[in-house]
Amino acid sequence: MRFSKDHEWVEVDGDTATIGITAYAAEQLGDVVFVELPDPGKSVKAGEQLAVVESVKAASDVFAPVSGEVIAANGALGDTPETVNDGPEGSGWFVKVKLSNPSEVDGLMDRAGYEAFLATL
Amino acid sequence: MSDESLKSTVLTGAHRALGGRMVAFAGYDMPVQYPRGILKEHQWAREHAGMFDVSHMGPAFLRLSAPTGDGEADHAAVARLIEPLICGDIAGLRPGRLRYTLLLNDAGGVIDDLMIGRPFDEAEQGGLYIVVNAGTKDGDFSLIAHAAGDAAMLTRADDNALIALQGPEAVSVLSAIVPEVAALGFMTFRTIAFDDHDLVVSRSGYTGEDGFEILVPAAIAPGFWDRLLADERVAPIGLGARDSLRLEAGLPLYGHDVDETVSPIEAGLGFALAKRRLKGGAMSGADRIRREQTGDVARLRVGLRVLEGAPAREGAQIADAAGNVVGVVTSGGFAPSLGAPIAMGFVPPAFSRFGTRLNVLIRGRAQPAEVVPMPFVPHRYHRTPTT
Repeated sequence: MRFSKDHEWVEVDGDTATIGITAYAAEQLGDVVFVELPDPGKSVKAGEQLAVVESVKAASDVFAPVSGEVIAANGALGDTPETVNDGPEGSGWFVKVKLSNPSEVDGLMDRAGYEAFLATL
Repeated sequence: MSDESLKSTVLTGAHRALGGRMVAFAGYDMPVQYPRGILKEHQWAREHAGMFDVSHMGPAFLRLSAPTGDGEADHAAVARLIEPLICGDIAGLRPGRLRYTLLLNDAGGVIDDLMIGRPFDEAEQGGLYIVVNAGTKDGDFSLIAHAAGDAAMLTRADDNALIALQGPEAVSVLSAIVPEVAALGFMTFRTIAFDDHDLVVSRSGYTGEDGFEILVPAAIAPGFWDRLLADERVAPIGLGARDSLRLEAGLPLYGHDVDETVSPIEAGLGFALAKRRLKGGAMSGADRIRREQTGDVARLRVGLRVLEGAPAREGAQIADAAGNVVGVVTSGGFAPSLGAPIAMGFVPPAFSRFGTRLNVLIRGRAQPAEVVPMPFVPHRYHRTPTT
């Protein structure tokens, strides 16, 4: 698993990346009550808005850590958005993307690097 | 993480010790939530007893400089000083009663919403207990002090703690420590001796639940907070759940749903307008208010149920079925008790009828919404036939 400074994670399997938000991000957001996900087929670019997470408090943007075409969105988040809090780095995944530029993954942090980054916040 | 320009309350240390997530609110360093999170805090206050630090608000006492000792005359005298600023009947308040009222500007706009209480004890007549909002308190207090002139003295009490205990178990929790509170009815208050100090306890709040607001002297406030917290029915509640609770209760938040441009009629707060005061013509903005009372009003505050999609937040536009923007959301969010998004906003009267279908515009998308009655969740105040 690789991590962005915007607190998204990416898990790569072949040319497919699963993307979600980190446990730290979920904790900071608090109780998630709504998630707006892109429809499959949409092209996303690294650094651009991918999704919106609504907690009780506020709406927050989620950015695409890598570029590609959305091939699946986690439908479970529609009925049970709290899944993001319960399993942020597992069952609470947001989308699967077919990578258009797999080398972008190399620019992301590994877990040790992300944890060191969190320690600076 | 702490911002030194922020003011703290007597209880700030307690919030940090409880793991409260602190944010800046009205110039104060306040807990937005504790570790259990906003949803669970919200539900706790609806089911048990939630405890809130609202010490950032503005409690104060206005007292006649030279009371005559005739309680009725002294009350009438202090009421005469404050009534020109507000829309309510203070002269007619009975001893021990609290009234929700509004400070109005010359155009009939709302400078603040506030509570004014008439003391119960004969010896305290000629005094008023006043509680105003945090963000507006300095301006409010200078208006009141100016109106009082030499005839009365305004004493701020916002260096003490103001603790709200709200929820169906609030009365049994508080009466275990302060037995006198069980006899209080909704919107009444008393000064009660406790541990060699005086508490001012009102049966009131801003969650829609039964409960109390307690002015506690700074010297004993942390101990009082801890003593309540030791009761297993009590949980600390942050500003996040305070907001979702008051939103479900349909209660407007000053600075968001009501401000200096909004009149009491537009805001749906006509119940706070005293007939005697309006008839007398001395009420600020009386011309506008009387005109609006006949139905000639530009906009009204309504409750909205957002039927699908994301919560509509403050600032979201409201459109009619044809797509014309007809209003704006002034506060909104997810209602934990309903499991759905709700909002308040202003629309022209033609769109204010219950059942009217509208759209809220969120990130460029139109989501269906319906005008519904408020409160969204029924109030459960402790109303008593007398007192």
